[in-house]
Amino acid sequence: MRNDIVFGINGPVVTVRDTKSFSMMEMVFVGEKRLIGEVIHVEDEITTIQCYEETTGLKPGEPVEGTGSLMTAMLGPGILDNIFDGIERPLKELEKTSGAFIAKGSHVSSLDEEKMWDIIFKVQIGDTLESGNIFAVCPETAIIEHRFLVPYGVSGKVVSIKENGKYCLKDIALVLEAEDGTQHEIKFYQQWPIRTPRPVQKKLESRVPLITGQRVIDTLFPIAKGGAAAIPGGFGAGKTMTQHQLAKWCDADIIIYVGCGERGNEMSQVLEEFAALIDPKSGRPMTDRTVLIANTSNMPVAAREASIYTGITLAEYYRDMGYHVAVMADSTSRWAEALREISGRLEEMPAEEGFPAYLPSRLAEFYERAGLAETLGGQEGSISIIGAVSPAGNDFSEPVTQNTKRFTRCFWALDKSLAYARHYPAINWTDSYSEYQQDLQPWYAAHLGMDFLRYRQRMAAVLQEENKLMEIVRLIGADVLPDDQKLVLETAKAIRVGFLQQNAFHQEDSYVSLEKQMKMMQVILYLDHKAKQIVERGIPISAVTETGLFEKVVKMKYDIPNNRLEMFDSYIKEIDEKLEAIQGGTV
Amino acid sequence: MIIKYVGLKEIRGSLIVLDHVEDVSFEEVVTIELDNGTTRQGRVAQIEGDRVTIQVFEGTRGMALDNTKIRLAGHPMELPLAPEILGRVFNGSGKPIDGLGDIFPEKRMDINGSSINPVSRLYPQNYINTGISSIDTLMTLIRGQKLPIFTGSGMKHNELAVQIARQAKIADVDGEDDFCIVFAAMGVKQDVAEYFRRSFDESGVLSHVVMFLNLANDPIIERTLTPRCALTAAEYLAFELGKHVLVIMTDMTSYCEALREFSSSKGEIPGRKGYPGYLYSDLASIYERAGMIHGKKGSVTQLPILSMPNDDVTHPVPDLTGYITEGQIQLDRDLDNAGVYPPIDVFASLSRLMKDGIGEGFTREDHSAVSSQLFASCSKVSEARSLASVIGEEELSPADKRYIEFGKVFENSFIKQGFYESRTIEQSLDLGWELLGYLPRAELDRVDDEILDKYYEPAKKRLEARLEAQKSKEQENEEEYEELEDEI
Repeated sequence: MRNDIVFGINGPVVTVRDTKSFSMMEMVFVGEKRLIGEVIHVEDEITTIQCYEETTGLKPGEPVEGTGSLMTAMLGPGILDNIFDGIERPLKELEKTSGAFIAKGSHVSSLDEEKMWDIIFKVQIGDTLESGNIFAVCPETAIIEHRFLVPYGVSGKVVSIKENGKYCLKDIALVLEAEDGTQHEIKFYQQWPIRTPRPVQKKLESRVPLITGQRVIDTLFPIAKGGAAAIPGGFGAGKTMTQHQLAKWCDADIIIYVGCGERGNEMSQVLEEFAALIDPKSGRPMTDRTVLIANTSNMPVAAREASIYTGITLAEYYRDMGYHVAVMADSTSRWAEALREISGRLEEMPAEEGFPAYLPSRLAEFYERAGLAETLGGQEGSISIIGAVSPAGNDFSEPVTQNTKRFTRCFWALDKSLAYARHYPAINWTDSYSEYQQDLQPWYAAHLGMDFLRYRQRMAAVLQEENKLMEIVRLIGADVLPDDQKLVLETAKAIRVGFLQQNAFHQEDSYVSLEKQMKMMQVILYLDHKAKQIVERGIPISAVTETGLFEKVVKMKYDIPNNRLEMFDSYIKEIDEKLEAIQGGTV
Repeated sequence: MIIKYVGLKEIRGSLIVLDHVEDVSFEEVVTIELDNGTTRQGRVAQIEGDRVTIQVFEGTRGMALDNTKIRLAGHPMELPLAPEILGRVFNGSGKPIDGLGDIFPEKRMDINGSSINPVSRLYPQNYINTGISSIDTLMTLIRGQKLPIFTGSGMKHNELAVQIARQAKIADVDGEDDFCIVFAAMGVKQDVAEYFRRSFDESGVLSHVVMFLNLANDPIIERTLTPRCALTAAEYLAFELGKHVLVIMTDMTSYCEALREFSSSKGEIPGRKGYPGYLYSDLASIYERAGMIHGKKGSVTQLPILSMPNDDVTHPVPDLTGYITEGQIQLDRDLDNAGVYPPIDVFASLSRLMKDGIGEGFTREDHSAVSSQLFASCSKVSEARSLASVIGEEELSPADKRYIEFGKVFENSFIKQGFYESRTIEQSLDLGWELLGYLPRAELDRVDDEILDKYYEPAKKRLEARLEAQKSKEQENEEEYEELEDEI
């Protein structure tokens, strides 16, 4: 009998003495209640385990049992339309077994093992299969087809196979015979260690934007499919709102939403909203293509640390099927804090602000799991990561924000003063940047024309100029500015209020197509252009503002429905008419 | 079999260390007997083989290595509960201190609670009418929400909390019995605790209040238990007895300082400003105990009060709190100095759950329109004010002057209200529209025309009529005054 018993307990950290039976990162069961834990430190005298559940009531001398495998995620149909905790325990099932409060040591299989799936095989006896090949499919939800992959490290010739029909997860789908004659039984699910990236053929450079329908993002700071973006912002700046909007509207096939150390009520909101929201492309509820991972701030801290990896592993699994996946991680700061907390309990030497020295490398490992890739099966799939960052004291110089900046190429800085003025999304246009802008230019030029790029540039220039002018205005007021500069302020205001600001609760404004975005820019800039001509003739700017055209342009985001883009022409016409009248009046 | 351990190995701050202990479980409660017959309570904080570190709630004063006997209780810290706890007063670790004797428990619950399964949570959507215009209109409190009051020393947070507790009405609850208050005082002065008790008494709700008092001179370890005891009682009342519970906790900063003191005495690695690295998780384990559960009638709403040291909102305590709670009510020193009560800083304040708990079916259809317009207009007020502070109010453009005027009225008639004044949501919303009446229609860019026609226009007429009446009254007064002067 192995003498592996609990020696010491300090919060979620449990130690075992004089044992050689555990390997690094092995998953273990701790105590009589079989709490789930993971080995994080091995020495000849002391082995350290972090527990994913509360250790209250645990006693020294209780048994610790190794599982012999790393912390893994179970991958198979049934992941979608589900909600898991940080270590892939299905919360709906947990509710059935332990009620509204999560009990300790609850063990439920991650996926429903009884459910029968309608399997259609894509291969036959005699076919040679490699790792990552698709051997069967089944409709996982009404809109997503689950593609069963040959597990990594397995290949060979199909020697026996089931017929199309209904099977459950643990049934044997087919048997492969490798070249050396060994036979591999392949089931309808597989396991994968969450901290190891799933392999791909090669990573590709992404040239296609992830379209979000959010104007400030699509137009000014776009993210590529397979890109990584950070949303930093203090509390109340609208991180979660922005994440929700992106999750609802971005054009990825599958959304994985990781609520990492965030509010419980927020998760219940996501649950309710996503179930009620109809996906515009398929007409089905959003939940059909969504996975939620909810490890709220009061759930065990070690599981919070794992939740990010669980999320990204599920994402990789669907990427390998050839889907475009978007991972929303809200918030990575809470994950970093979990690292800090555990590192503190291990009495490791802290680096900046108490965070462990390996924080940058862990962040890098995580964000590098994003990308567009050619999968082992030869398909193209991508993972885009959008990570929220919650800087302490709203100070962007803190370690998590700074290190995240190094590993993401898109930075959407949320601004508290914009949020105070209820300008949402509160993405600050001077502090934010997107390195993907260059990469994506050919796509925009091909799909929307060079004009789109020109408008974007012009708009950015106006905002930049406004920024400069505001310094003067703050000192001496806007009244003393010459008319051409007043026009810049007026146009900038129209851009800020009429274009950048977007109402997530307005039916027409919540999601806006790229075509409408372009038309909106066109009208605003056309008005600017025409007004400039008038001002250059010495006619006071007030003559233009009195026409009410600026107010009208600001409201076009509400007034023009997404499916009636021809209405923009009447705006152009109105601008022409009204401004001509002014000119006519003076000539 | 109950084993007593005699003697200690080490005493360090509020921690004691014991050797050769058998069959001890993590976070188990222990009783410590001293030579002089007094007993103290403690909890197992760390186990290393047969060596156990225990935190003593009442402090280690007077303890020596050889004058103590220690008994293990065999279970974690539990709170005895029964419906009779309503109207009672307890100390910070849940012992009755009102001289009415022990609770005859129907149930004992672990004070650490368990986390609510996110799937079982009911998304809070029903608003609580606090009767305070600025809160109801701009940062609506929702049942099951946690909405802290960020304040500073010397501001009127206690009054505000009392007023909210007194006036809070729940939209659809019939019968008074369903509503109760759990009050937890952590490190506050005796007279503050007394103020709350008296105020509850005066408004006749004392029989629906459970109080947990850990005063400024009470031991700090006990302070780390106080909010947990209070929330355990609240959960019992809400989820076992089906009541709607409002939990007022003051002052969370004292709680965090107690935690810091305890953490440093354990020799843990400090994070920001010396607070332990797990402060976020620890605060979350308190705040996240607010909410509602599918299939259960009650709710736990939290109204923690926390003072920001030096009015600094980036201090770790308000900062981490803001990341966990669903918004905040922030008080403003300038408004307070100007005599505006309640001195609520509407820009810095926010209710995250508000958006789904207002509008038709909850409050009124125009609620979101009026609140977002008020916010937008107020932000223009601050622009105009900062400009005025440079070039002087006289030099402002007419439009900016209008905003200055609007800002004044907003502070003096919307934010400001009496301590005993309770406004219905309709009154508050109508007042909001009347204020917007000071601005021309073209300036209201956040509102649909339909809503403007329905609410803005009549409110503007009301306002004009009122101003007119005021004017004529002033004129009358003036005439009378002149006549009086003439007579003299």
